[in-house]
Parts: sequence; structure tokens; C-alpha cells
Amino acid sequence: MVDQLVIGDRSLQSRLFIGTGKYSADALIPEIIKKSGSEVITVALRRIDFNSPTGNVMDHIPSGMQLLPNTSGARNAQEAIRIARLAKAAGCGNWIKIEVISDNKYLLPDGYETIKATEVLAGEGFVVLPYISPDLMVAKQLAEVGAAAVMPLGAPIGSNRGLKTKELLKILIEEIALPVIVDAGIGKPSDACEAMEMGAAACLLNTAIASANQPELMAEAFGMAVAAGRKAYLAGLGRSEKYASSSSPLTGFLHN
Amino acid sequence: MSFYDEYLQYSDADIETVFQHTTSADIERIIGKDRLTPKDFLALLSPKAEEHLEGMAQKAHQLTVQNFGRVILLYTPMYLSDYCTNKCTYCGFNVTNVFTRKQLTMEEVEKEAQTVAASGIQHILILTGEAPAIAGVPYMKECVAILKRYFSSIAIEVYAMEEEEYAELMEAGVESMTMYQETYNPLLYDRLHLKGPKKDYRYRLDAPERACRAGMRGVNIGALLGLDDWRRDGFFTGLHANYLQNKYPGVEVSISLPRIRPTMGNCETGNSVNDKSIVQFMTAFRLFMPRAGMPLSTRENAEFRNHAIQLGITKMSAGVQTAVGGHIDSQENSGQFAVSDTRNVKEMSDAILQLGYQPVFKDWHAI
Repeated sequence: MVDQLVIGDRSLQSRLFIGTGKYSADALIPEIIKKSGSEVITVALRRIDFNSPTGNVMDHIPSGMQLLPNTSGARNAQEAIRIARLAKAAGCGNWIKIEVISDNKYLLPDGYETIKATEVLAGEGFVVLPYISPDLMVAKQLAEVGAAAVMPLGAPIGSNRGLKTKELLKILIEEIALPVIVDAGIGKPSDACEAMEMGAAACLLNTAIASANQPELMAEAFGMAVAAGRKAYLAGLGRSEKYASSSSPLTGFLHN
Repeated sequence: MSFYDEYLQYSDADIETVFQHTTSADIERIIGKDRLTPKDFLALLSPKAEEHLEGMAQKAHQLTVQNFGRVILLYTPMYLSDYCTNKCTYCGFNVTNVFTRKQLTMEEVEKEAQTVAASGIQHILILTGEAPAIAGVPYMKECVAILKRYFSSIAIEVYAMEEEEYAELMEAGVESMTMYQETYNPLLYDRLHLKGPKKDYRYRLDAPERACRAGMRGVNIGALLGLDDWRRDGFFTGLHANYLQNKYPGVEVSISLPRIRPTMGNCETGNSVNDKSIVQFMTAFRLFMPRAGMPLSTRENAEFRNHAIQLGITKMSAGVQTAVGGHIDSQENSGQFAVSDTRNVKEMSDAILQLGYQPVFKDWHAI
């Protein structure tokens, strides 16, 4: 059976979602997409200049890609809702990554406002993927109000620190029926691989690729790491033991 | 509670003590830290830290790329009016300077907007002197109504206002504000600002906070470096930014590092600030506040600006005219200060691309 991730009406082979920010040139994006194998790409609506005579980031995204516009810059539910509607009206499709941040220091998301925005937009037919702190109650409420997935952070955005919230991510993966996509904080391919081994449905990352010395090569590395982690999860990881298992077991004398 | 209360917690003697006792080992330890305290920031501004500029620059570069990416946002200032009731010794718009004052009519605002927009610029910064009777909130709102049709983001750099006035301008379409304290030293401030409403140090000091309370998306502050000891004013600028960011986490706080430039007023200032000092301030601040924006104006020359891109700068102006109506009539020469980097938007974008960065024209859209 083919292993696919289904979100909205879309079946995805690749479980790596990538971003468009922080690159030295938008022209790098097609190669990043190709090398990573990704099928979903986020774009910040605030940055798309639809009237620019020299074009915009959208010109560099192949038509087969699933666009995931985000609400970067929104400080509350109302602003997120307005940005989502603008994105749809501008022809960016009906997927939306809700990002409500009113904390410019750590860029941590506002769970309460995120739930409010998700409810309204899911009701309007959007495929809503909210970015959240790995908070079980917030994730449960998002599932209730119609989110298509939840996207908890592994560490603060752009920090490249890895899966600092691992214990909480595990709980979400265990408890939430929706796809759990680890978003933000992933710094190394091994972090992405570990998230996938844990059972994450996908990983979304941008900074780790964009800030690498060779972004294309790093994109390829992440594509491989996500695929490897997924395969390991499907294969079923062997139990990890704290102690070596002795060849002369303590209970070996019990023959019957 | 105002930033002034925090300001009062640092005496000149305290600052001097830190400067005298900071060692190389302290600086190295601070560069390696993830989060800096205000005292760490102060140590990075010490004379001792000058010996560690390269280490500070490397860390600043890495933090900037990580937090902002390899992108530089471009903007252009538009001077709407040079009428001013203040008598500030260092400023070209000083009320006692004799020159033909000018204020753009709405037709001229439209023409300037067309000229600037044709260059690709989407973020505009509008400036006035302090003459609320003619260039006050109603005038600015009229201008903003026109500018909204041409630009995706409008910022103001005008006189200190009431919270309600900031809110009114935001309602009209303004998104962020810039307010330079000029100097945080109250005694010097009093000596430099001879007459006019700007003489009120505290009213100006609290203006950025009033803008935060009004809900501005972005607030940019700065001191005019060279008026007082740059280390002292640099420290208080950073401390002020940190105060605002902690108290108003939803606001995008940024700082500018303007060095004093020759003007028509040509005042005397005894504190020249060299390139090394600006770089020390720039990199120390980046280590202190890794996520704060840092615009760099055309007060700096092209060569310096090219290098500064790698050191923590996030925004740059291009195609700058500092005279009212300067975009439609480049013969205007009564500007607020002398521009050192005269590159137009195209030349600036090309230079940014050549340095391996991406020029960005749009980073917000009124919603």
C-alpha cells in the first residue's frame, strides 16, 4: 500500500513542507523544491507583491505545488481572518496556515486567537493548518472547530534548536486524530528524522534550509531525512533498552 | 511607569564602572551567551569590547541571517513639510534658519507618490517638521489617503503626539512610526533644544510608548549619535527598545543609528562617531536584541552601507531626497541633512543582489 498523507482533498507523497522566506534570491526556490521533493510550500501573503513589474515569489513556484499561504504578521484572530480571505481572493487557493503571533520576542503563537480564527475560516471552507505551541487542550479544541491538521512547534521559530518540546509532541501525536505536523525549530535533518520516527505526519521548515551555506544540498538532505524517519516509523522501531540484555539472564534458572 | 524610571536606574558612575572593569574574558563570555542582560549589552559598548569587534560581528551576522534571512527591505522617505516651530541647534529645519519653507499640496503629494512608486518602492516614510497648525494630523491624514493608493505600508516620522492622535493616523492607514530621542541626556537635550514644543524631554521620551499603546505595528527609535557620548546614548537606545519590546510584545520594535551629518544649521558637536564605533553599537545591539529591526539611512555612504548589510541591518532607504518636493524637483537643496549614499532604487537593489542578499519591496499590506 502506498503511504500517503491526506490533507483536505490532496494526497501527498512527500511529508516535507518547505518555506519561501529568508532566501538570498527567489530564483533559488525551484531548485530547492526539486531537491527536497516537497509538494507543499508556504508563502507569507504580506510579502507577495502582486503588482510588481519584476514579478514576485509566486513566479518561482511550479504549478503542481500545493500553496500554503500563511497569516504572518497577524496579531489577532481578526487580522488572521482578513489575511486568509485576501490570500484566497488573490488566487492562492483555500489552504491557510494560521499564524497568530503577538509576541515579537520569541514569536510564540497565541492559542486562543488561533482557535477563534480557525473556527471562522474552517466554517468558510478553508483547509486550516494552525501553528501552535504543543498544547494538548488547544490541539483538541482546534480539532473540534475543524482544523485539517495541527502544527506544533519543536522550538521557537527560526531557532534551529531541534525538538525541544519532544515530550509534548509525543502526547499530541498520541492523542490527536488529525495529522500532527512539526513546524518550527527543526535545525538539522536528524531533528526532522526524529520527529518522523516519533510518528509526526510531516515536518515544515524554512530557516534550516534557507540559512545553510548550500540551501539546495540541505533541501535534499531534509527530503531524505523525512523519508527515512517515516519509513522507520512504519517499520516499527525496535525497543530501545536502557541496559544491555545479558546473555546469562538472572531468571535463566527457571526452567518450568 | 515610563522608560524614564528605568533610565534613572543607571547613573553615569555605574556606566563608567562597567566600562572600566570589563575584561576581554567578560566580552568573550558575553558573545557566547544566548540571552544578554542590559549589563552585558553595556559591556559590549565598552572601550574594551572594541578589541573583539570581529567576534561580535560574526555573531551579529549569524543572528541576523537566522532571524531575518538574507533579505533587506527597501523604503524611501518623503518630506511633506519643512515648516517647524522648534529651535534645535543641529537641524536644518530650525525655525531661525532663513530659507523658503515648503509644504506639499495634495497634487504635489500625488506627483511625488507616482515618482517614488514608479521606482518600485512600496514602503514609504513620511516626514514633517513640527508645525501642527498647518502640517498637523488633518493634513497628514489627507496625504495618507493619497499615499495609500500607491504604497503597501506607510510610516511616519513627525513630531511627538498624543496617543489618540497616533490612533487617528493608524485608522487613516499609518502602520508604524519613528521617533528619535536625539539624546537621552536630559541636560544636553535642554541645551540643544532651545525653543519650541520639542524642548519637553519627557513628552518626547514617552512618545514611542504612546504609539505602542495606540496599537502601532512598528515603532522605531534612535538617538542622533554624536550629540552626546555615543556609548551612553547607544546604551539607552537599546535599553529603551528592550523596555518597549518587553512591555508591548506585539509591536515590532526597531532602532536606527543615525550619525550626525552637516546641515544648514551646521551646529557644533564635539563627539565625532567613527565607523568602528557605529559597527560596535550595531553588533552589540544585534546580540542584545536578536529579533529587533535595524534600518540604516543614507546618512551613511555607499561603501559603509554595503558592509553594514552583513552586520545586522534589516532595512535600507534608497533613492533618497531630504528636501520637501525633492522627488519631483531634484534641484531642491534645502534638505534636512546631507545624503551620503545617492544611489537610486535600482542601483541599491543591484548592489544588494550582488552582495548575495535579496532586496524586498513589500513586507506588509494594509488589511
